[in-house]
Amino acid sequence: MAALSSAPSSLTSKLRPVDLGGGVAGVRFLGTTAAFALTEREVVLVGAEQKRVAAHRGAILSVSGDAKRLLTGGDDGRVAATLADGTSETLFEQKGRWIDQVAAGSDGAVAFSAGKTAYFQPARGEAKSLDLPSTVGGLAFAPKGTRLAVAHYGGTTLWFPNAVAKPELLEWKGSHRGVLWHPEGRFVVTTMQEAALHGWRLPDGAHMRMSGYPSRVRSMAFTAGGRYLATSGSGEAILWPFASKEGPMGKQPTMLAPRDVRVSAVAAHPKEEVIACGYEDGLVLMVRISDAAEILLRAPDGQPVSAMAWRADGGALAIGTEGETGGLLEL
Amino acid sequence: MSDVQPNKIPVTVLTGYLGAGKTTLLNRILSEPHGKKFAVVVNEFGEIGIDNDLVVGADEEVFEMNNGCICCTVRGDLIRIIDGLLRRKNDFDGIIVETTGLADPAPVAQTFFVDETVGAKTTLDAVVTVADAKWLKDRLKDAPEAKNQIAFADVILLNKTDLVSETELKDVEMRIRAINPFARIHRTQKSDIAIDKVLGQGAFDLDRIQAIDPDFLEGGHKHFHDEDMQSYSFSSDKPLDPDRFFPWIQELTQREGPNILRSKGILAFKDDPDRFVFQGVHMILDGDHQRPWRDDEAKTSRIVFIGRKLDPKALEAGFLSCVA
Repeated sequence: MAALSSAPSSLTSKLRPVDLGGGVAGVRFLGTTAAFALTEREVVLVGAEQKRVAAHRGAILSVSGDAKRLLTGGDDGRVAATLADGTSETLFEQKGRWIDQVAAGSDGAVAFSAGKTAYFQPARGEAKSLDLPSTVGGLAFAPKGTRLAVAHYGGTTLWFPNAVAKPELLEWKGSHRGVLWHPEGRFVVTTMQEAALHGWRLPDGAHMRMSGYPSRVRSMAFTAGGRYLATSGSGEAILWPFASKEGPMGKQPTMLAPRDVRVSAVAAHPKEEVIACGYEDGLVLMVRISDAAEILLRAPDGQPVSAMAWRADGGALAIGTEGETGGLLEL
Repeated sequence: MSDVQPNKIPVTVLTGYLGAGKTTLLNRILSEPHGKKFAVVVNEFGEIGIDNDLVVGADEEVFEMNNGCICCTVRGDLIRIIDGLLRRKNDFDGIIVETTGLADPAPVAQTFFVDETVGAKTTLDAVVTVADAKWLKDRLKDAPEAKNQIAFADVILLNKTDLVSETELKDVEMRIRAINPFARIHRTQKSDIAIDKVLGQGAFDLDRIQAIDPDFLEGGHKHFHDEDMQSYSFSSDKPLDPDRFFPWIQELTQREGPNILRSKGILAFKDDPDRFVFQGVHMILDGDHQRPWRDDEAKTSRIVFIGRKLDPKALEAGFLSCVA
């Protein structure tokens, strides 16, 4: 294993194991507190001390958030917002439905979906909804302005909930599940039911097909500045180049941290061109893109890494797995 | 990786034409004192008489995969629902998926082979079809969906037997056999059946494929040969050559996949002490070495196809050309 020049090749001694008592659906930092949303009922807040919050009554289906709030959607029909101090608030409730997707906007707005309907709830003012041709597979706010990308079967719909303009359909055959905007808003990328990604260049809608994965891509993240899109789904982290106007079209991806175990989650460092790369056996590496240098952050324990998040200053990484033990690492 | 394989959650697919008695069967399964908990995926709320907080409404969203092949359609809503259900650990012992009366069972079944997460954590136990003893004959004439549901079934409840005579019952059974000679048929009234005849069938479990014994009722195969849907079974006592068999079956299912609803086989390969078993849904094939042939069993390779517009002569010639 290559090492960063002046750094040790393993930082596992700095990893603080966190007993969560359940698998992790998603994780985010709320300031300095790591907020782990479990797959069932609870949010576990890990700061100076550990606090458990009963945010839902059943399964937690999706997780998002901003700097202050962890947003969760559950099969109890609720959208909940949990703060670092342990208070939790129900933002929306529809009994008998599942909240499949949640997304957080930059100005306190939230979006969520139940079946084929997407909802937009601004920080102040009335909620709006949009019916889609099929169940919503993914939701994401554009980095600037009030615009939502809604992934579904047959493509992605760009929705301007505050504008009169008709939603714009970016078509592509197949079932689109996760969706992500480029940090500069120039591209929209989806993970598909197939082992592939699809992307559209905005505003001309040019297609970008990114395929070749041995399994479905569940995790993707743009690196700092949006130069690369890091993805899971293969036996190494696959990074598609997005620095140029054309995006990755006609270019080869960069492949980092190859192993004989598949990458199950990726998280991009907020400032450096560094990614955290989690595998299906629980191992986590930190990888520098420029020279592929690797540092071991977590030894394998057999539990697939399911979610990771960097603290906003890049000084800490939270790791969630499908098992009961998460981890917190201060660099 | 851990050596312990977590038990996969069994999934039973309940099909049947409108009014055949699906919901009655479902209510029966849920109300029996078997001590098991089920998550139930239904298409219409309100019909289930049992209080169960794990009843989920489905939308029957049939998705084509990006390659556009009709054989690779899956139920997109089911992938999402099962993914959500699996987050509730230890809350249920099995999943029952009720389809609408007009549904084609293929996308449901294919979902369990095409989606990795679903396939890794659940296992398709059986397709159970409820058929109306009085009206099935008519539906087989005018409703292709009803025929698909019979052709696809591992277990068939021939229901409402109190409404027809024994002669009519035998007649409808022969018509079922003409389409699907392999399913287990149970005669029922008001969908009354022992739960263990419906659940825990392991119909898609390669380890449990013991023998392929088509149950052609006497004379039924000849007299009631269905002009639209057929089943054919071929066998050989000579060992097969895997290098001929695999290219043949792959090419056949790629080409004829839309017409082949189900396939199954137990094969003896040359110089191979193990039985090789496979089963398929349209063009999705699943196969593996199963166990060594026993000394007391004949090393006979047998293969069966259920489908439409099948050419039995070509199938047989193709199969026999795989003999080593």
